[in-house]
Amino acid sequence: MKTIYLDNNATTQVAPEVLEAMLPYFSDLYGNPSSMHSFGGQVAKKIREAREQTAALIGATPDEIIFTSCGTESDNAAVRAALAAHPDRRHIVTSRVEHPAIKSLCAHLSRQGYRVTELPVDKDGLLDMNHYERSLSPDTAIVSLMWANNESGALFPVEKAAELARKRGILFHTDAVQAVGKIPINMNTNVIDMLSISGHKLHAPKGIGVLYVRRGTKFSPFLIGGHQEKERRGGTENTPSIIGLGKACELAARNMEAENTRVKQLRDKLEGKLLELIPNSRVNGSRSYRLPNTTNMSFEFVEGEGILLLMNEYGICASSGSACTSGSLQPSHVLRAMGVPFTMAHGSIRFSLSIYTTEEEINFVIDKMPAIIERLRSMSPYWISEKACATQ
Amino acid sequence: MWEYTDKVKDHFLNPRNVGEVENPDGIAEVGSIACGDALKLSFKLDENKRIKDVKFKTFGCASAIATSSALTEMVKGMTLDEAMKVTNKDIAAFLGGLPQEKMHCSVMGKQALEKAIENYQGAPSTEPAAQIICECFGVTDLEIERAIRENNLSTVEEVTNYTKAGGGCGGCHDAIRHIIEKVRAEAKPIVRPKLSNIQKIKMIEETIDREIRPSLKHDGGDIELIDVVGNRVLVATRGACATCKAADITLKHFVEQKLRDLVSPELVIEEVTP
Repeated sequence: MKTIYLDNNATTQVAPEVLEAMLPYFSDLYGNPSSMHSFGGQVAKKIREAREQTAALIGATPDEIIFTSCGTESDNAAVRAALAAHPDRRHIVTSRVEHPAIKSLCAHLSRQGYRVTELPVDKDGLLDMNHYERSLSPDTAIVSLMWANNESGALFPVEKAAELARKRGILFHTDAVQAVGKIPINMNTNVIDMLSISGHKLHAPKGIGVLYVRRGTKFSPFLIGGHQEKERRGGTENTPSIIGLGKACELAARNMEAENTRVKQLRDKLEGKLLELIPNSRVNGSRSYRLPNTTNMSFEFVEGEGILLLMNEYGICASSGSACTSGSLQPSHVLRAMGVPFTMAHGSIRFSLSIYTTEEEINFVIDKMPAIIERLRSMSPYWISEKACATQ
Repeated sequence: MWEYTDKVKDHFLNPRNVGEVENPDGIAEVGSIACGDALKLSFKLDENKRIKDVKFKTFGCASAIATSSALTEMVKGMTLDEAMKVTNKDIAAFLGGLPQEKMHCSVMGKQALEKAIENYQGAPSTEPAAQIICECFGVTDLEIERAIRENNLSTVEEVTNYTKAGGGCGGCHDAIRHIIEKVRAEAKPIVRPKLSNIQKIKMIEETIDREIRPSLKHDGGDIELIDVVGNRVLVATRGACATCKAADITLKHFVEQKLRDLVSPELVIEEVTP
């Protein structure tokens, strides 16, 4: 059975060009980039190149790029560095819909005595900027807001938010793991101090991340060790993955237009057709301010896990924000923060496309989904009563 | 991804007895859409008062649908007395087991069955008034007490897995802990037949494993059973217990008490030093 992979916000396939670029560094070219000999030196040269490629994707300079092990490490490093830079400040501003990498970290810090403000979002998953501005205080050490939400795809106006923080001398970090590679980002035209990237969200492998730190930002390392990454992150470089990430960033820059035209059109087609073919369905979150590859849809009176397992029978991969899929008993914190009604939240499915998604695949999914939903609805005690209500 | 047994998958992909029985003798609906799962069960009896036809409609995850389907298969042909004896454990066992986090699905099945039978019998509301403990999922003290008794639960997490209570805001965790203590205190030692030596040793071992060791491990300690001589239980302390000044108190007041409660009131604990 062919896999139809529409779960690219969870992880992406490693691009064939990326894999090819990496392979020699697992075998023949195993040198340590820190070595004095040219056998290691040639690897150092490739890492320099990867740093340039990565910087170019987001309009940064190479020395602003720190390679890490993942998005979570980047997030932890950023927040910890900001708190260390302002030991007198005890307040953190974030949102209710952050990825666990930030959400759990902030919860942990609040147990250690930090004051954490979690900004709410509206039904579209968007921030109230007035509320945001009011939350900033002289005691605020750092603001951490995600650029794009992994579940809804909603975009936060982080560039504007960073300006408001900068005016008050507050450091600004953004978890841009879902945004980088999907929407154009230019660090030259904003004042964001730190930004997190995760390799496996943009067709590089798992186990590689980036923390962008703006030149001049006071930074102390999270991992203390050797002189690597200009003493900002100890540990021997993950050379194949860094080189792979560089290649992935180069490809992402090249594919940016396709992502925002062709991928977006496929997403819109999928969403539009499913809304049309499946009654009592809806899109969760803003349809204007969001990533081009993501749609979060809900199908009323059925439950997400059942939907996913029936989709699985056709090889279709996606995610759900329902309670049953998370192992917790409540729907995802993002959907709850957006106030998605229970009848809808339990039946939520996130489709996230990539540049490898084809029209044929989207047509297949459009063909299969209505029957899947219908099958589960025919078992649901609520669906019948709803239809009965409607006809009365 | 959940690790479902083939039987769970089969009952999810090919559910048996979906729908509603026409002119049912008994019918019940449990759960709610806010809770994330709900089950509507209806049945009809034949002339011998056996369940002739039984159908379900379920809103919920794959295991909720599979347990509903399994339940209908299990009770078809049973008398109501027999059906009343089906426990949530039986339903889970029929499916070859369920993930711990999904046990509440089997509890929901059991509840629906009982309510449908009560509905047929004219719902004798002899039960004392139940009080809602978990506001998030609308779970009552009676439901929690029952799940603790029938499944021998001892932690809040287990209660959440079986009843959903405590799985939302967490505000009722203390209340749940209180109910666990109450129920476990109630569990009076039943009159035991005289134990053979081998039975006694086995029970001591089981009690240590299940009731004692987890608490000790929680504080970094442990205990090892060295020998049983008559009613003398010889143990050695390990881990943090081995160096703890309060270890004798723990041994006397906790370990010995537990063994006396659960195995035999004559037991005396003795520590052997290596």
